[in-house]
Amino acid sequence: MPNQYKLVSCTINGKKVEKMVDVRASLTDMLRNDFRLTSVKKGCEVGECGACNVLINGETFNSCIYLAVWADGKEIVTLEGLAGPNGELSDIQQAFIDEAAVQCGFCTPGFVMSAAELLAAGREFSDDEIRKMLSGHLCRCTGYENIFRAVKKTMLRRLGKNAEADAV
Amino acid sequence: MYVGKNVTRVDAYDKVTGRTKYTDDLCDRGAYVAQVLHATIPSGRVVSMDVSAAEAIPGVIRVFTCFDLKEKHYFPTAGHPWSTDVSHQDVADRLVLTERVRFYGDDIAAVVAEDEVAAAQALRAIKVEYEEYPFVLDVQEAMKDGAPQLHEEYPNNILKHTSIRKGNYEEAIKEPGLIKVEGWYDTPTVQHCHIENFICTAEMTGDRIKIVSSTQIPHIVRRVVGQALGLPWGKIQVIKPYIGGGFGNKQDVLYEPLCAWLCMQLGGHLIKIDIPREDTFVSNRVRHAIRSHIISWVRPDGTYAARKLEAFSDQGAYASHGHSIAAKGMGCFPQLYPCDNVEADAYTVFTNKPVAGAMRGYGIPQAMWAVECHTEDVCARLGLDPIEFRRKNLMPVGFTDPFSKNELYSDTFNQCMDKGMEVTDYLRKYKEYQNQTGDVRRGIGMAVFWYNTAVWPISLETSSCRMVLNQDGSLQVQLGETEIGQGADTAYTQMTADIVGVPLDAVHVVSCQDTDVTPFGTGAYASRQTYTAGFSIRQTGALLKERILKYAHQLTRMPPYNLDIVEGNIVRITDGRVLMTLGELATEALYSLTDSQHITAESTAQIKSNAYSFGCTFAEVEVDIPLCKVKLLDIVNVHDAGTIINPALAEAQVHGGMSMGIGYGLSEKLMFDPRTGRALNNNLLDYKLSTFMDHPRLRAYFVENPEPTSAFGTKALGEPPTCSVAPAIRNAIYHATGVAVDEAPVNPHILFRRFREEGLI
Amino acid sequence: MYDIKALYEAESVPHAVQLLVEHPEAQIIAGGSDVLVQIREGKRAGKELVSIYGLDELRGVSCEEDGALRIGSLTSFSHIARAPLIQEHIKVLGEAVDMVGGPQIRNIGTIGGNTCNGVTSADSASTLFAWDAIVEITGPEGVRRMPIQAFYIKAGQVNLRPGELQTAIIIPKAAYEGYKGHYIKYAMRNAMDIATIGCSVNVKLSADKQTMEDVRIAYGVAGPIPMRAVHAEERAKGRPVAGEEVRAAARAVLEDIHPRDSWRAAKDFREHIAVVLAERGLREAIRLSGGEIHA
Repeated sequence: MPNQYKLVSCTINGKKVEKMVDVRASLTDMLRNDFRLTSVKKGCEVGECGACNVLINGETFNSCIYLAVWADGKEIVTLEGLAGPNGELSDIQQAFIDEAAVQCGFCTPGFVMSAAELLAAGREFSDDEIRKMLSGHLCRCTGYENIFRAVKKTMLRRLGKNAEADAV
Repeated sequence: MYVGKNVTRVDAYDKVTGRTKYTDDLCDRGAYVAQVLHATIPSGRVVSMDVSAAEAIPGVIRVFTCFDLKEKHYFPTAGHPWSTDVSHQDVADRLVLTERVRFYGDDIAAVVAEDEVAAAQALRAIKVEYEEYPFVLDVQEAMKDGAPQLHEEYPNNILKHTSIRKGNYEEAIKEPGLIKVEGWYDTPTVQHCHIENFICTAEMTGDRIKIVSSTQIPHIVRRVVGQALGLPWGKIQVIKPYIGGGFGNKQDVLYEPLCAWLCMQLGGHLIKIDIPREDTFVSNRVRHAIRSHIISWVRPDGTYAARKLEAFSDQGAYASHGHSIAAKGMGCFPQLYPCDNVEADAYTVFTNKPVAGAMRGYGIPQAMWAVECHTEDVCARLGLDPIEFRRKNLMPVGFTDPFSKNELYSDTFNQCMDKGMEVTDYLRKYKEYQNQTGDVRRGIGMAVFWYNTAVWPISLETSSCRMVLNQDGSLQVQLGETEIGQGADTAYTQMTADIVGVPLDAVHVVSCQDTDVTPFGTGAYASRQTYTAGFSIRQTGALLKERILKYAHQLTRMPPYNLDIVEGNIVRITDGRVLMTLGELATEALYSLTDSQHITAESTAQIKSNAYSFGCTFAEVEVDIPLCKVKLLDIVNVHDAGTIINPALAEAQVHGGMSMGIGYGLSEKLMFDPRTGRALNNNLLDYKLSTFMDHPRLRAYFVENPEPTSAFGTKALGEPPTCSVAPAIRNAIYHATGVAVDEAPVNPHILFRRFREEGLI
Repeated sequence: MYDIKALYEAESVPHAVQLLVEHPEAQIIAGGSDVLVQIREGKRAGKELVSIYGLDELRGVSCEEDGALRIGSLTSFSHIARAPLIQEHIKVLGEAVDMVGGPQIRNIGTIGGNTCNGVTSADSASTLFAWDAIVEITGPEGVRRMPIQAFYIKAGQVNLRPGELQTAIIIPKAAYEGYKGHYIKYAMRNAMDIATIGCSVNVKLSADKQTMEDVRIAYGVAGPIPMRAVHAEERAKGRPVAGEEVRAAARAVLEDIHPRDSWRAAKDFREHIAVVLAERGLREAIRLSGGEIHA
């Protein structure tokens, strides 16, 4: 049986794209292989580690267990789409640097994208809520502590609570 | 000065923008995909394999079986320095593919295909006929006469047995009035769970093989691939790009030899082996499960008269790092709580299980589980205060190990315990939580740990460094010590900037290592990176500086002893005047029509010292007795790692080690089907690695006593954070409930059993 | 890449039915968080798939004319948890599905997929059992409805005939009006885990809050499929709101449940936890209903 392909039209990091994709491909495969968006990492391929996490229409998804053909008509954002056109970091990326929330870096892209969804809500979450919203990612280097600090500080700063952010 | 400051990681920008390239990101899309067929019996022999259906699948290039291996080059896999002394060499017991199966998951064939779907189909289509042998999974069962043998050369499956004898144990226990405290302490098989699975690629150019690998030990991989393929080592090139964590698993040579062998069978075509998560648990390495038996004879005044330890270390099916892990664990026993009469025996024993190798802590987390659970049991039995007991019995200041010459120079243990007590409000809570009743109870507990940096004098310690002065006065720095996520490159940058006298941004550490050009180094292990690299950076930096100042003398006519390099400027010390920038000097030196020089320096530091690195953990828990559940409320680690090079990165590294320790103490355990030896929970759902919601805030503190033997005052910090966490949690649970649990992890299943035994539920 | 023989994407419910009739061997894929994992494991490799993921008509929570709550089968867990109708009438269902896996899994996972898998550990299932949910199925012969207890046949098998797909889950008004419930997921981790045992309890108190007029207790992982603890419910119904009554009802669940020994957990451990969960669940449901337990 010949391979089956489908034309997928979607927006990736703000840019409209079209691609013929093998219907067997995961969104991870499409983003990494066809668009060379290598921030999308493979850590388990079954939706347990969160390393391949991307935003689809503003919600987080593990792209490893998402068929590429489902991306048709969707708006997708990967870590590569967060920085500005000249490489200016978004506040959450800068916070990951400032809080030493990065070690081996392999889980970082997925975490930053979940943080981006959390921050986009524009409201203040409790510590437990923050932990829960980031709980779809495994990290073996950081013990999550500095990631927690980075996300909470950024959340508070966006809400104008700089003094509280400094105290985290 | 940059050492001691929170400078930003040199790779942070790339890592938060997704620019960092890991092995798979560098692999050309034209690579063939190789997948490994693993044995589905725990012990036996492959009699035959039918690959015809597999090879008929479209997209399959070739199937290679263990029978295709014509030349059998047995090779070792441990990431140890090679030894020219044959008796000290690692055991060479692996083949790239094996007919003799020693565990469920052994490598018996490999499929090479155009894509992973065809490869997976082919794996399922291979028919294997086995001859099955009896097998043994338990370490003490394996030692019994008549137990199934894994390797003929090792009777009773004992890879090695070593002993420590001090004083006279048998005589000492006759002292009247002694109280005997005895316990058995078990630790589980756990896995490293770095988020990037092991992956490597291989391709040939000319008659040389280029391997890109997610490894901690590029130079050792080069040597072992040469040994495994029977090739001169110089024909192998190993490249280590950024790697997504290692924790010791990648301190073994894993599938690089197989990948290189497949590549050679297929005309040098680019091959990729990307190990799936399920196989990472089974067919890479795991942490040794160690069962320890401790007997202490204690005087009523709370001092030790005599002590005995037996440790049984589960090696799994192949030797890997061998006995060195159990030996390291045993080594701390007579030192941590010195006692005049000690008998200790460590056995490393083969079983038909996944291969155990290096993992963060290298035998010390297991040893601390046994020793610090036991210490608490001694205190409970004698009614002694756990802190006071430790103050009285722990290794005293000035203690020197006659073998390693390691010395405890500072009052580290008391300082660390004092800090831990202060920040956890220990004394108040310890008192408040005594004698609770009710369903939900709280407790606070602690444990200390012993660790020593690096591997001297057991093995070679060497570090080589190259510094190259660029035209603009910046430096390229290359080392054989590897960045694996811990932040080594940043620490090297800080050290180099200080030693040479240049701004931080003028130091470019070459992170991606290439054995063709990177100076020799044995890699990332033994928490040795900052300690050992410190020596070669300091030595090479001084050499480079001398050469720069010699050239500066030519240009300025000032004597070199009146010159210095300060923040990238050539400065006359006598009046502090900046004579020229280092950039001006470098440009002149390179392009001079009279005396052109490319100023570089390269040197090797052989290190014949080593340093203790000690500390402790304090843990506070809430135990819901009917639910058999523990909630960790607070956890604090305190370390004396000497001078801290970068406090923010050091703190972050401690958090990670604590997290691994939390999993070790409460939830992680790789389980095996007793009927087949098959791993039952080899995936990230069923293997209970802590999630974001299973941790309280993690707190790390440092007591900084600069290490006198060290080039920068620093010593081990990578592994120590994992060592005392699990027993501290266990001791807190004991404090809360009065129930001592001697088997890690203290998960709900074991609490259910213990609470029933103790009548709490 | 997944080992998929062919993928057919449905554009409407009738189209999905047509595709399923045309390709009788095909497997339905909704969010795929289970199906794709099984394909990777080799269990369902090389099969045809009918994707219904694009059917937005099966998404959302609404109120039917008779007051029944209708949850489209493709509604994701995160959308159920956030739905105002769920928060108002069956808060516990929102809480239960908010304990599935992690956030990304809750964004892709659907209540239809969770129930059609037929697994006993599904976090939504015990609560749906406890609220007398009705399953709506659409097929070549039209629409049929059945109680969720009839939908589950045995482990891994549900009552779907060839050409059929689940299109909604309905909670009748009588099943939720006046009830308050609590779900406890007992797992080894606080996220990214499956239940070792799950218990969903709801209660309807008398007007004076002194009597348990109705009690419904359901379990996941207490048997091969989700189940109601009928004896325990009978033991509690009509009894006063009192500590000893709650404890007695909780102990009675042992007459109902039959968990198994597995490497994940031992039978006696699961039984012990089941009793603790029933008691705690019932206490919390009573508290939520405004009742006060003395002793």
